[in-house]
Amino acid sequence: MADAIKLNIDGTDVETQPGTTIIDVATEAGIEIPKLCQHRLLSANGTCRMCLVEVEGARTLLTACTTPVQPGMKVSTRSEQVLRARRSVLEFLLAEHSLDCLVCERSGDCRLQDYAYEYGADGRQIAGKHYERGVEEPGEVEADNPFFVRDMSKCILCGRCVRMCAEVMGYGAVDFASRGAETKVATSFEMPLTESSCVFCGNCVTACPTGALQPKQGARQGRAYEYEKVRTICPYCGVGCSINLHVRDGRIIGSSAVEGPANRGLVCVKGHFGHGWIQDEDRLTRPLVRKDDGELHPTSWDEALDLVAERLRTIKSKHGSDAIGGLASAKCTNEENYLFQRFMRSCVATNNVDHCARLCHASTVAGLATVFGSGAMTNSNWEFESSDVLFITGSNTTETHPVIGAVVERGRRAGAKLIVADPRVTDMAYRADLHLQHHPGSDIALLNAMAHVILAEGLEDKEFIENRTEGFAEVKEKVAEYSPERAAELTGVPAADIIEAARMFARERRGAVLYSMGITQHSKGVDNVKAIANLAMLTGNIGRFATGVNPLRGQNNVQGACDMGCIPSHLPGYQLVSKKELRSKFERAWGSPLRADPGLTMIEMINEAADGGLRALYIMGENPMLADPDITHVKEGLENLDFLVVQDVFLTETAQLADVVLPAASFAEKSGTFTNTERRVQLVRPAVSSPGEAKADWRILCDLAARFGQSWGYEESAEIMSDLSALTPSYGGISYDRLDPVGLQWPCPDADHPGTPILHTETFARGKGLFSPVDHRPPAEVPNGEFPIVLTTGRMLYHFHTGSMTRRAPSLHAHVPTGYVEVNEQDAGHLGIEHGQPVKVISRRGGVVTQAVVTPNIKQGVVFMPFHFAEAAANVLTNTALDPVAKIPELKVCAVRLEPQPWEGARGCCCETSGESDAFEATNEGSD
Amino acid sequence: MKESAKKVKAILAKYPDSGRDALIPILQDIQDELGYLPTSAIMQVGAHLALPSSKIYGVATFYNQFRFQPKGRNHITICRGTACHVKGSGKLLENAVATLKIKPGQTSRDKLFSLETVACMGACGLAPVITVNDEFNAKASPAKLNRLARCCKDEITQERENS
Ligand code: SF4
Ligand code: SF4
Ligand code: SF4
Ligand code: FES
Ligand code: FES
Repeated sequence: MADAIKLNIDGTDVETQPGTTIIDVATEAGIEIPKLCQHRLLSANGTCRMCLVEVEGARTLLTACTTPVQPGMKVSTRSEQVLRARRSVLEFLLAEHSLDCLVCERSGDCRLQDYAYEYGADGRQIAGKHYERGVEEPGEVEADNPFFVRDMSKCILCGRCVRMCAEVMGYGAVDFASRGAETKVATSFEMPLTESSCVFCGNCVTACPTGALQPKQGARQGRAYEYEKVRTICPYCGVGCSINLHVRDGRIIGSSAVEGPANRGLVCVKGHFGHGWIQDEDRLTRPLVRKDDGELHPTSWDEALDLVAERLRTIKSKHGSDAIGGLASAKCTNEENYLFQRFMRSCVATNNVDHCARLCHASTVAGLATVFGSGAMTNSNWEFESSDVLFITGSNTTETHPVIGAVVERGRRAGAKLIVADPRVTDMAYRADLHLQHHPGSDIALLNAMAHVILAEGLEDKEFIENRTEGFAEVKEKVAEYSPERAAELTGVPAADIIEAARMFARERRGAVLYSMGITQHSKGVDNVKAIANLAMLTGNIGRFATGVNPLRGQNNVQGACDMGCIPSHLPGYQLVSKKELRSKFERAWGSPLRADPGLTMIEMINEAADGGLRALYIMGENPMLADPDITHVKEGLENLDFLVVQDVFLTETAQLADVVLPAASFAEKSGTFTNTERRVQLVRPAVSSPGEAKADWRILCDLAARFGQSWGYEESAEIMSDLSALTPSYGGISYDRLDPVGLQWPCPDADHPGTPILHTETFARGKGLFSPVDHRPPAEVPNGEFPIVLTTGRMLYHFHTGSMTRRAPSLHAHVPTGYVEVNEQDAGHLGIEHGQPVKVISRRGGVVTQAVVTPNIKQGVVFMPFHFAEAAANVLTNTALDPVAKIPELKVCAVRLEPQPWEGARGCCCETSGESDAFEATNEGSD
Repeated sequence: MKESAKKVKAILAKYPDSGRDALIPILQDIQDELGYLPTSAIMQVGAHLALPSSKIYGVATFYNQFRFQPKGRNHITICRGTACHVKGSGKLLENAVATLKIKPGQTSRDKLFSLETVACMGACGLAPVITVNDEFNAKASPAKLNRLARCCKDEITQERENS
């Protein structure tokens, strides 16, 4: 490390590293220098001049945000001259500013206003535009998107939004246009944002120091000093962004991004603007019970819970406890998932407990547990900004994990090479140095061929292979069969590109692989995951900073639901139910005997239900009627049950089939913890009370357990955490008082452990990393004459999962109200399908009508549907073919045909389906 | 592919593997070829140089030389150089904006007029100077400009009646 530099600021001696700017040292030393254009995530542009300081010996005042420190510098931040200069900076800004603080939403939360007050500037000293209050020039206010208003009469041209959009989000939707007095921030051709590349993350809104960018939510409902900010965790994806909910008079009036370890102050459109559903009038407020008339009727908690207990007990005594199954929820807290599996295992006495991770990352859990000994993401979100090469496969990161997408963009801008393998030209693929557009389902051929090239050219990390792994010889032999030329035939990617990708990945020092459903949701998902692990081990990219095998988990708490043992084979902390000493630890703690045989997985439960083997199902916060493959079959299964209990916040498609519906509290109404994709356990806090009689899931579970003669006695969710951490080694050191404000990353075995940002640093969880030879196999369903096209499904930015939340968030729904199918423009030409035209998509299992989006951005012969839209549910079409190990269904590939429909009469029917459910990772620490 | 898109493609082909420094020459070539910079062309340039279209628009608007609409049938330029400014070209411009109902850089909806401001045309002795379809008009006044505009209109009305 270079020698420290000593300097003096306002009479205080400080020390810092060379290259630091004056503003940064001052901030470290607790001296605040005002700033309008500088922002910690953005490059310095030094335009606002608010940060002027006096440096002894310098001829003029200097901008503290751009001036690097020099040894012996003497800086004064508040001299007469400095204060005068700052005041005149403000006078110039205010002279051109529409000073309508009286009605401005940002009043009270506006840097310009704060500084004007502090420096006594009012803009009257200088001739300028002098806006009449509230009168802007035409074109200065743009309010036609559902998320935020741009009022350019309040823009001070600091350029934070411009840099945020370009440098962090990678979209560059806005930039400076014109010059001189005419300079403004504009989209290209000054079109509305809705027609630009803007994705409405609103990170520019957060960064804007004035009221020029104002969120629409909460407008006229209270200013910053009138509402309370409750810090919690975004309930959508696995990134785990910290957000504030704005609460006034017991209602949520808005939300905003807040600095957290997983997001560093960034969010996406859902986390920023997507919480309107919490107070939707459709929320369930009373328990419902199906009466003799076949309808659901409101009832009391006692009646509903008594009925659930009685029916479950009857079924248990008649058909055995394995005739009952339970689906836990990746949306609920760790505490609730823990209690759910405890209820199923100790009250019902079955291991039939699973959750939607089965649909997303079961392959990861199974695959990585085998080869590494732990099924979780090996590294952490923000490390990717420091990687040298990033290989993203089967993940549309900018849409499904937008904030990680931003981290990747920052890495790319800092010089990291980006390789993307995806059948679609996603935003990520567009930005990539190299885009490999392979056939859906040909991942293994691609990955093996990359390994082949690396070995052929001697680019492997011999030391790592030698010291840290086993099984290398078999893999070497296997990948020898996959020459780039052969792989080119199987994948459709030119051999030269495969070679280039292999070299790019192997030559850099820090290489990270990021992947998601595109890898896991296949009938050979586990093998796909192993092929990725092979590639990472071959190049020694495990256990070091900014490298790793990084499955991006889909739902906010899918990692936690797995960790909590909501999987049929494992108790909390991936402790095998089949292992006696592990089981008896839980038996002692819970005071009841536990079953040793693994239970049924989610898809198996549905199959058993259809066959009559499973008689009752208890579903907490999941909606298999949209999320699961082959919905028609799911419906058959659910309807065939003797008894179905659904506990949720809305009357979802699944709840509509239930015998008893229990109204649950949303994430904004309870305390608990979520574990994000980087294994970080973070606190969720209650902001408002639940509507009507709705109750937190963990309270419902306690009440139900009491009816099975088990009194758990929990008063607070923190008590559940202390019980579960005592039984779960990887959570051993986790307690609520350690979680504020940055959480803890498991494994965290004891109360002094700082948590683990990077896994497998010294040894693998299983000792040595296991190389596993894997072979290419075609997808379970390949196109033929009748179904000539491959359908792949996924998620899109503006909606989440089955849409039960986002489609009730007014802003999100207004922006993207319908589903669609993306069709390659050549294919569309042959089939006579026009952009926007209704088309019927038909597979062996059913058909749905939706709207065509004709685009060059998808490979010929492949179509894509998002899966959030009930009216055009993609999962009517998808295949239930399972991976033999992980039992994950092949949501990513099935064969379909398209039939154009007449334009009239098919209006408003579109839906989106996308096969990205959640991610699921498990570690298998206890496996033998 | 549309005719104009093909032309842009041909221009871009002359700048392979280029970076940002090629932006201005490319835009100039396109404007020379098409007379203005259509949205689609800017998108094509963006894809070619891997720049967001907002950046290209930003750069293009920074320089006065680019237009984003095709020229009107009658193209009027008003000199905004110092000499002309002193002789009241500001008033001229105001007046033109008011009568033609377009701003500099724009083209009227009926495509009859387009307006542009330029830097010194090197005819300061004749200030303030305007041109109509490249013809110089010395010592212009608002009234003169209005007259010229009316002439153009009349000409067109007549043409229409004759045809
Ligand atoms: S909302 Fe996001 S994408 Fe849109 S302009 Fe702002 S930073 Fe860019
Ligand atoms: S809109 Fe806000 S962030 Fe953007 S330049 Fe203007 S003041 Fe700065
Ligand atoms: S959805 Fe994901 S990326 Fe978006 S705000 Fe929530 S946690 Fe962050
Ligand atoms: S904060 Fe330094 S110039 Fe704006
Ligand atoms: S200033 Fe107008 S011609 Fe020179």
